[in-house]
Amino acid sequence: MNQIDYTIEPQIIEGNPTQSQVNDAIAKPLETKPTWKYYLALGISVSMLLTGAICLGYTFYYGLGLWGINQPIGWAFDIVNFVFWVGIGHAGTLISAILFLFRQKWRTGIARFAEAMTIFAVMTAGLFPLIHTGRPWLDGYLFPLPNQHHLWVNFTSPLIWDVFAVSTYLTVSFVFWYIGLIPDLAILRDRTKSKVKKIIYSIFSLGWRHSNTHWHHYEMIYLVLAGFATPLVLSVHTIVSFDFAVSILPGWHTTIFPPYFVAGAVFSGFAMVQNVLIVIRKIFDLEHIITLDILEKMNKVMLATGMMVGYAYGMEFFIAWYSGNPLESFVFINRAFGNYAWAYWIMVSCNVIFTQLFWIKKIRRSIIPMFIIGVLVNVGMWFERFVIVVTTTSRDFLPTSWDYFKPTLYDIGILIGSFGLFFTLVILFIRALPVVSISEVKAILPNSQPKHH
Amino acid sequence: MESRKLYAIGALFNDPNKLVKLAKKIVEQGYKNWDVHSSFPIHGLPKIMRLKWSPLGYVALILGLTGTTFGLFLTWWTMSVDYPLIIGGKPWFSFPAFVPVLFELTVLLASVGTAIVMLFIIFKFPNNRHPLHDTDYLKKVSSDNCGLIIEAKDKKFNYDEIKSLFSQFEPDSIIDIYYQEEETSYKPKVFDWKFIVFLIVVAILTSAIGYLFNNVILYLPPFDFMMNQHKLNPQEASTFFNDGFGMRKPVPGTVARGEAFYPFKGKPDEAGTKLINPLLPSKENLELGKSKYNTFCSPCHGWRGEGDSRLNGQFPNPPSLHSEKVRNWSDGRIYHVIVEGQNIMPSYSKQLTEKERWAIVLYIRALQRSLNAKQEDVQ
Ligand code: HEC
Repeated sequence: MNQIDYTIEPQIIEGNPTQSQVNDAIAKPLETKPTWKYYLALGISVSMLLTGAICLGYTFYYGLGLWGINQPIGWAFDIVNFVFWVGIGHAGTLISAILFLFRQKWRTGIARFAEAMTIFAVMTAGLFPLIHTGRPWLDGYLFPLPNQHHLWVNFTSPLIWDVFAVSTYLTVSFVFWYIGLIPDLAILRDRTKSKVKKIIYSIFSLGWRHSNTHWHHYEMIYLVLAGFATPLVLSVHTIVSFDFAVSILPGWHTTIFPPYFVAGAVFSGFAMVQNVLIVIRKIFDLEHIITLDILEKMNKVMLATGMMVGYAYGMEFFIAWYSGNPLESFVFINRAFGNYAWAYWIMVSCNVIFTQLFWIKKIRRSIIPMFIIGVLVNVGMWFERFVIVVTTTSRDFLPTSWDYFKPTLYDIGILIGSFGLFFTLVILFIRALPVVSISEVKAILPNSQPKHH
Repeated sequence: MESRKLYAIGALFNDPNKLVKLAKKIVEQGYKNWDVHSSFPIHGLPKIMRLKWSPLGYVALILGLTGTTFGLFLTWWTMSVDYPLIIGGKPWFSFPAFVPVLFELTVLLASVGTAIVMLFIIFKFPNNRHPLHDTDYLKKVSSDNCGLIIEAKDKKFNYDEIKSLFSQFEPDSIIDIYYQEEETSYKPKVFDWKFIVFLIVVAILTSAIGYLFNNVILYLPPFDFMMNQHKLNPQEASTFFNDGFGMRKPVPGTVARGEAFYPFKGKPDEAGTKLINPLLPSKENLELGKSKYNTFCSPCHGWRGEGDSRLNGQFPNPPSLHSEKVRNWSDGRIYHVIVEGQNIMPSYSKQLTEKERWAIVLYIRALQRSLNAKQEDVQ
């Protein structure tokens, strides 16, 4: 087997820990009592979650009229949040699958966490299409279930592609994540002294016993899953962009949407992963595993994808002019200087201008500036979706029905709730499962692999 | 030794290089039932252990293609056979629009299926009763070491020989691994009452959830709004009009569009002489006459015009249309009866257009001829 020469590659894990030290470091959050800071964070995110739940409850009871949507703006926060959260999820799969295929060893420290974030983000995202149908209890009809009316879903509709893409994405990400967890759960099973935990870990580790005949298949399936997850992740945001691109509205009906959406998704996802990792490595002393080098690499990815997004912004304008389509050019002039110009310029400055600071190595490697830029990127990317969804519909073909979308309290409450849901899941995950893949980290420790064979 | 049954002898190493050397030696010596354990995959070992190429790639390929085929069948059957809908002027089977769904189904089946095959078929998981579980050996493997075992069931197994072989490679420790009591005595029992109760609970739960989902949550009232509209169907009573009839008569003194004014009102003889049937006794016209006759005339006059009414005496039986009199009537005279009615027979001018009336006359003629054929008709 031709192996990568580990002597040349720089050290990924700092400080040269032994294998059991890795176990201890990663399992520590699971085995110690959390501090008050943990409960504070949990409290805040659960209250956000409850805010959203209350607003959602009202929406279910009274209907979608509580939201700011109306003719002609039929899609607003619901779809904006959906696209935003699906996008966040993309970083996880990119890190765990695409970087795996490219043999990027630095991904090991963050892959598990990023995958978990993918799952939580897609769960949060999946909520929005379900609630925006207005009668969420009938959402079963989104799937091709045989029913007494002999009706099937319309397989030519991008919205149905979405149903398939997002649910496949969620399932496959979950399988990928769980397969990765099995060896770690076995390690935890063999470590733990508590009876109850032991039973739980035994059940979920399925009886894994570190056999190398198993590892042999395991590595194969990891490759297979990574191979499938890679086109899958690209397809998911492509299909999300089809929701717009396949329609015939100016500003939506563009071929640049799929690549542009995927780049944007990776961009915002990396920003989110970076933000949350900065907090976690601080709280749980994982600085030697989630190193500054890793964060710097993530910032570089953000710089690159941010510029792709910027290129797409520019190209949209160019095509609007170059196509000679007056409706198209109207929409884009309206975006930059019209009723939602403020949102447009928030988007451009957060996504394109501020990220340029990452050219400076010092900023790339210092925690506070990169944290702030990460937050700004997420703000910017949220507004990007807002700009796409709302500006186009607010100025439709019939000037008499032009309108200005203003979110209601319920819209904002549900947005807050989505962050609450996401962070609650993340915070619970940190205490329940190893945030870093133990077996993967062990495999890249300097003395863990044989030198010659 | 002890009464416990020996499962294997294990050697634990801190240094993977030593382990690899030992593994090579063991392969040379021809042991079959042995394994290496480490909490991470050791590179190059599958080759040393002479493991077969993992079939999972092919499994994924087959399952993926199954997913594609299933998706193709699903989209084709639902969209172009079971409930064909034209969408955007595209053909019923518009393949490009189905590609996203096909792709997702391929990936879904391939990845989930391969994972299931690996875990549950190849590894035979879940399996928490393996003798290695809960041993010091496995705990050490989990934390710091990597280890190698030779199972007692190997044909070449010889306790002392293996021990000395192991110690040549300076392992950190050598451990005997025994079966635990319950592992040797354990027999899976299908008819264990706990298992049966479990099956019953699962069956009840799944059917309850299935029922709830399909018949309660997803229940939609039947789509009968085309049938039940706010309108009156023929023959229905109306509460709106004074006469209580849902079907309305034309306004007196008017003529329907496309119809001519009837000039022979109350002048049957004049109609008989002046009106001429404009239709030829073609097959088409006779078919039309037949269908209209069967609808409007046959209830009273009978299917063949013999006066055998189907009204069971609720209405006086009319005379036969095969009488001398009617046979000798001109077409125009019969036409007149349809337009004006005769005594208690009501007028059918509202229900029938001119062409239909003439077609009926043709049909009556045909009926008459069939019962009173002349000599020349036989030829
Ligand atoms: C409601 C029952 C009824 C229906 C329907 C009906 N008729 Fe009559 N028809 C009668 C009765 C009763 C008479 C005899 C009237 C009389 O006493 O002179 C009659 C008489 C006639 C006569 C004259 C027969 C004769 O010997 O004087 C003709 C011709 C005739 N109907 C043709 C038709 C045609 C053509 C239709 C279909 C458009 C039709 N009828 C539908 C009841 C009906």
